[in-house]
Amino acid sequence: MIQVIWFCLVAVTIAGYVVLDGFDLGAGAIHLLIAKTPAERKSVLASIGPVWDGNEVWLLAGGGTLYFAFPALYASSFSGFYLPLMMVLWLLILRGVSIEFRNHLDSPVWTPLWDAGFCVSSLLLAVFYGAALGNVIRGVPLNATGDFFLPLWTNFSPGPQPGILDWYTVLIGVLALAALAMHGSLWVRYKTSGELSVRAGGVARGIWWALGFLTLASTAASFSLQRHILANFQDHPWGTVFPLLAIAGFVGMRLHGELAAFLSACAYLVGMLTSAAFGVFPYVLPSVPTPDFGLTVYNAAPAVYGLQVGLAWWIPGMALATGYSVFVYRRFAGKVS
Amino acid sequence: MDSALTVDRLHFAFTATFHYLFPQLTMGLALLIVWLKTLALKTGDEHYHRAARFWTKIFAINFAVGVVTGIPMEFQFGTNWSRFSKSAGGVIGQTLAMEGVYSFFLESSFLGLFIYGEKMLGPVGHWASAVLVWLGSWMSGYLIVLTDAWMQHPTGYIRGPGGEFGLASFWDLLLNPWGLWQYMHVMMGAVATGAFVMASTGAFYLIARRHEAYGRIFITTGVAGALFASLFLLATGDGQGRNVARYQPVTLAATEGLFTTARGAPLAIMGQPDTESGRLDNPLLLPNVLSFLTYRHWSAEVKGLSEYPRELWPDNVPLLYYSFHIMVGLGTIFIVIAAVCGVWLLRGRLFDSQPLLWILMLSFPFPYIANTAGWMTAELGRQPWLIYGLMRTAAGASPAVSAGNALFTLVGFMGIYVLLGILWLLLIYRELEHGPEADTAEAHR
Repeated sequence: MIQVIWFCLVAVTIAGYVVLDGFDLGAGAIHLLIAKTPAERKSVLASIGPVWDGNEVWLLAGGGTLYFAFPALYASSFSGFYLPLMMVLWLLILRGVSIEFRNHLDSPVWTPLWDAGFCVSSLLLAVFYGAALGNVIRGVPLNATGDFFLPLWTNFSPGPQPGILDWYTVLIGVLALAALAMHGSLWVRYKTSGELSVRAGGVARGIWWALGFLTLASTAASFSLQRHILANFQDHPWGTVFPLLAIAGFVGMRLHGELAAFLSACAYLVGMLTSAAFGVFPYVLPSVPTPDFGLTVYNAAPAVYGLQVGLAWWIPGMALATGYSVFVYRRFAGKVS
Repeated sequence: MDSALTVDRLHFAFTATFHYLFPQLTMGLALLIVWLKTLALKTGDEHYHRAARFWTKIFAINFAVGVVTGIPMEFQFGTNWSRFSKSAGGVIGQTLAMEGVYSFFLESSFLGLFIYGEKMLGPVGHWASAVLVWLGSWMSGYLIVLTDAWMQHPTGYIRGPGGEFGLASFWDLLLNPWGLWQYMHVMMGAVATGAFVMASTGAFYLIARRHEAYGRIFITTGVAGALFASLFLLATGDGQGRNVARYQPVTLAATEGLFTTARGAPLAIMGQPDTESGRLDNPLLLPNVLSFLTYRHWSAEVKGLSEYPRELWPDNVPLLYYSFHIMVGLGTIFIVIAAVCGVWLLRGRLFDSQPLLWILMLSFPFPYIANTAGWMTAELGRQPWLIYGLMRTAAGASPAVSAGNALFTLVGFMGIYVLLGILWLLLIYRELEHGPEADTAEAHR
């Protein structure tokens, strides 16, 4: 039972990461598209400047939580997804440096480099995260000791010899890019003013259609590739609240209110991620072609005492962390000048 | 280089060594910035505010590099050391996750406020955010040191049916006696880096005859911090050394280059360990001192390496011995430099003493070397164990990751870190050139 609680907490932390870091990744992905002048680029950066680093901490908190709540999953997935994870690290380095060093090396020579680094790394990270989620939903070729190693690609088909990239994971990667670009556009529209805000709103309206198509396509693909999802929704119909949340968020993104539209994007992301988590449960890493080797919340968790102790410090700690975040966001409330 | 284990070890050693160049400065500077902000608040002297702003800029650059090079450390536990993680994640995952939950959120939230919000927060609020950044970074240090301490001296665990480690006592993990000494020692090492870098910058400004008012503030703060840190390094190093003697006696023998058991064992100041013939070449020895330092008894018996089978020896005895001796030697020099400069400072003659200013200016690389050598001593001394006495290093690596794939990413990290290092140098150089009097818009945003 406690393993299920931790599954939910890890899912909440990852959803928190995607919602929070998601808007600054999305803002980065559309940075060069929407910000035309140096002043506008500064505004985009200023809209995430004080908070992006705190948002990224959700990744570290999520990683740490995953590590102690499901060490076998952490060990197996991190070594199996070795190459793409290392590339994610390189992209995170490029991105962090591009954002932070921009404040210190601001000249016509350096600034375009930082802007390009920020944009490209944000864009690729969104695709990588989506592809990673796609790999987890599709399943990986785990062996009896819970190990696997995936090449970057094989024949781009999610068959018996899968690679990190196949048509399905690429589809989920593109979906993630569209979703985060949408999320980021709505954030920039909410936090900036003038032409930049208007332009961000226009980009969001354009992406909305593509996002709708990609959401439908990837949902259909997920149901057909991973039969377990349909079974879960049939056995526990209450789980449809998660997709309904995503649908409500998707519709709400068209709202005129800038904050309401942004919050709808948050709801869409949370709804999509929780739907995926609900769909694969109790698996945390399904196995293909041998489903019995799959890692579940039960066989990937450590001794129960550690999980119980963990609850005692994790919940107050995250409450405190949420408090800091709220404090910081309120301090930097309003549009950037 | 053709074995995955070797590449995995190099991978971690390289990325960890590079990473720790940055947190050691930020953890030390965090305390010194709090001190400068406190002086600014108490005296109302604008110089202290500007001095704090200057060091905040240096802090921010180093913090950014520390963050981006730190994330790979957490990831590598899973990517390159999956057997270890699968086995021990239930225990050390606790401290790693606590670091994320308790320190990183605190640190990053209030660093954003500290850098961007000086005007908005007012003087007391700004001072408070400096204190919270300091607390966050020092708590982070504690939780990471505890993670290492558990690998050095495992406490509070049980073994499951498959040999995996589970937590048995949260407080035994959190109050590991190894971790307490190691933490104090590590943090004093960080203060030494921050303090010597600050004093060195001050000496540079005085010698260059620029920003001299600030140069004097930096030297005063830096020398006081360096004296404080280097004396506590001696005390905490002694505590740490006695932990090694109690829990890792074979490591003690290797660090000291003691091959044969002796009553009244001598302390080797210099010499080259010759593991083939089992002796220390060209030794410079202080008779009986090792026995005294270890057991507080001049004629106590200290066991030499030859008492232990070879498969229990740390697998690189000479490198371990040199790392330890470099650390201790530099630590001794720090005490001398800080004490002499402290006396001259009290007599009011330090700012006019060109030789001492030059020594201070050139001192900044050495705490970095000492901290690096110190960590090498700890980690080489833990070998051949990954979890001391319980799990061999060779048993912890990822079975699924081949040497070729690991080498690909090691080479990738090397390239990226070289670039990062060059950019870092450029940025620090520019900030030193601008100096504390250049009030850029950034500090006031």
